[in-house]
Amino acid sequence: MAAGVAAWLPFARAAAIGWMPVANLPMPVAPTEKNKRQDELIILNVSGRRFQTWRNTLDRYPDTLLGSSEKEFFYNEETREYFFDRDPDVFRSILNFYRTGKLHYPRYECISAYDEELAFFGIIPEIISDCCYEEYKDRKRENAERLMDDNEDNKDCKLPNMTFRETMWRAFENPHTSTMALVFYYVTGFFIAVSVITNVVETVPCGATPNQKDMPCGERYTEAFFCMDTACVMIFTVEYLMRLFAAPSRYRFIRSVMSIIDVVAILPYYIGLVMTNNEDVSGAFVTLRVFRVFRIFKFSRHSQGLRILGYTLKSCASELGFLLFSLTMAIIIFATVMFYAEKGSTSSKFTSIPASFWYTIVTMTTLGYGDMVPKTIAGKIFGSICSLSGVLVIALPVPVIVSNFSRIYHQNQRADKRRAQKKARLARMRISKTGSSSAFLHSKRNGLLNESLELTVRTGKTMSLLESQHHHLLHCLEKTTVRSYQLKGPTVGVGTGIIKNHEFMDEQLYEQSYLETALQSYPSRSPSLSSQGLTGTCCSRRAKKSSQLPNASAATSGLQELSAINIQCGDPPLSTSRSSLNMRPDDPPRLNCQSGQITTAIISIPTPPATTPDGDGHTLPNPSVQNIVKVSAL
Amino acid sequence: MSSCRKRCKKEIVKLAQYLFRLITGTLHSDSVEDELELSAVRHRPEGLEQLEAQTRFSRKELQILYRGFKNECPSGVVNEDTFKDIYSQFFPQGDASTYAHFLFNAFDTDHNGSVSFEDFVMGLSILLRGSVQEKLNWAFNLYDINKDGYITKEEMLDIMKAIYDMMGKCTYPILKEETPRQHVEIFFQKMDKNKDGVVTIDEFIDCCQNDENIMRSMQLFENVI
Repeated sequence: MAAGVAAWLPFARAAAIGWMPVANLPMPVAPTEKNKRQDELIILNVSGRRFQTWRNTLDRYPDTLLGSSEKEFFYNEETREYFFDRDPDVFRSILNFYRTGKLHYPRYECISAYDEELAFFGIIPEIISDCCYEEYKDRKRENAERLMDDNEDNKDCKLPNMTFRETMWRAFENPHTSTMALVFYYVTGFFIAVSVITNVVETVPCGATPNQKDMPCGERYTEAFFCMDTACVMIFTVEYLMRLFAAPSRYRFIRSVMSIIDVVAILPYYIGLVMTNNEDVSGAFVTLRVFRVFRIFKFSRHSQGLRILGYTLKSCASELGFLLFSLTMAIIIFATVMFYAEKGSTSSKFTSIPASFWYTIVTMTTLGYGDMVPKTIAGKIFGSICSLSGVLVIALPVPVIVSNFSRIYHQNQRADKRRAQKKARLARMRISKTGSSSAFLHSKRNGLLNESLELTVRTGKTMSLLESQHHHLLHCLEKTTVRSYQLKGPTVGVGTGIIKNHEFMDEQLYEQSYLETALQSYPSRSPSLSSQGLTGTCCSRRAKKSSQLPNASAATSGLQELSAINIQCGDPPLSTSRSSLNMRPDDPPRLNCQSGQITTAIISIPTPPATTPDGDGHTLPNPSVQNIVKVSAL
Repeated sequence: MSSCRKRCKKEIVKLAQYLFRLITGTLHSDSVEDELELSAVRHRPEGLEQLEAQTRFSRKELQILYRGFKNECPSGVVNEDTFKDIYSQFFPQGDASTYAHFLFNAFDTDHNGSVSFEDFVMGLSILLRGSVQEKLNWAFNLYDINKDGYITKEEMLDIMKAIYDMMGKCTYPILKEETPRQHVEIFFQKMDKNKDGVVTIDEFIDCCQNDENIMRSMQLFENVI
């Protein structure tokens, strides 16, 4: 039921008196309002801007936030108002919706911000009124396309377990993924070019031999051309078969345009092989050779511009269809007129209406070859009308096609630009993420030191309540899973304090990284006693052939790790800012774990260069190194 | 005949004008027709005190009523289409337009084709705050479509069909063709005392006052505002 109509409910109920006298049955009891609230003003404070409205206004839409009891959650007792910490500008349109029953979309608003506000206040976007609905839908579609482009790029990331077939398919689709794919890409491109050039050169008249007239090169060097053709077709066939094998859905692949082009490009050759040199079929054979020119379309896999053009034409199919239809109509009309106008004149070329088609087409497209010319006055008049109208008819759909092309082209440009920007953006995001996680570890280390060692360690900065709670949460997770966070250092040389990558690692990676770091992080000169234990650990780990993750119920080695806090000294104080990236590599290692009299063994490991651990039988992919801060849960 | 000729002349003039415009190519500016389009009739109700005196609503109630009224009809008057629209929204399943038409005629006491706020509020005042006599009077007025003082069977049948239309098609038990007619028969049996085929206002009021159910139902909408 619409908004303001709710105000007419009393009227509708009153009008029901008309039914009373004719009713045969007694009426039901009317509902009574228990506490009849007088209509009152309520104040909505949205980020400082106060809106006031009647309570009844808001009650018109009981399934939204403001209309239901959900707004009581936002009620502020002291100021006797409802406080919402949202955008006041967007709230304006939302409140107007309650007042007028129409939801408008302001053009200057960002579409996703608006959507979020609507979702917050429980209003579905479908009720945007007609005046603004189209704009809203357009912007939303544009935004969705943009996001879809971004998502498509995300699919490029390599999944850990891809079958050979999937790898091959990926290599075919994105040649930039591996060197092999790139090589293959260029080779096929080269052969397409060779094939096309061969076809062209075949027909050029080569120098005349003394005894024969000028003949095309194709007939002169038949062998050479045949070999070239065979080679190209071999390559294309192999490529096609490989694509067919690798395609995830073979049926769909066969139906796709590119595969049809491939087939059409190589089929004539095979048909030519099969057919004999018969007289009657050789005519058809020649026709088949024409299809070889379709190999040029294979270039569309290599050129994005071609693809855009093709896509544009497809999307403008209706405009093109209209153009064709109107042209046909006009051609028939004018051809008829011209034929009858020129019927009288002698030796006129306009012998029939279909013959006049040629004249009409040439005139309408303003070509004007001049092989057919009207001679009578009437013919000339109609001829001029024909050419004028031709200009109009052709000019009309062209801007639509052009604008479509321009839009798609710019979209592609934007997509490329966004991809480039995204890399930078992701890098920045990663920095801030690692900053926060390293802050966590830093604070944990200091916190643990504090609680167990009672060392006064300067934290360097005070943490906000939010941060401390976040860290507590991560700590709880560590305790729950009996794992611990680990930071991996980069592969760069000596003692760099750069934290590169931190993630929740999955088991396998964790295990790998743990192994390699465990093996490489214990150089010989560790002063304290427990380092022996740790090297014992690492030795024992080395001894263990099967790499198992240390879990709580694991062997002593596991427990040893768990009970060891292995802190990489030499970490300068980590801050959440980007300065962590700029840390000087040669900070002297600060041994802030002096005493050995602690329950938790704190090993100080200076930052030596990464010596390859002796006897390392593991071939680990990433012999990374230095700064490992492995903090185990106690 | 002369009107036909006059029409012909007008058409020829229009055609000549059109050809002229075609050849000289005037931009299609706002033609004369737009000026004739009257802006919506604006109506401002009488003052609050007067309405307060004329009706039985309090000041606050009138304020609330007017705000609701003005919200839906900013121009201050309701025409029949808007009226039907508004009323139909309360009965989504059926077709309330016929009954709304009768209601409109009942509210539009001065029969000028639109219901102003005064008409609206007067009607409501009778329906909600009036005496039983006044309410019955109003109901009789509603049923008497041609306002001749008698309710005939045809009028009653129209009203009955309109009421049943509001129910819509999906009812239980299913609405049959002769149901309204039967209902009208029952009504007339009850109301028409002298069996002359029509119901007058006195018969109507008498009969209703003697009917328990109807009396009780008249009190039903007391507390609507």
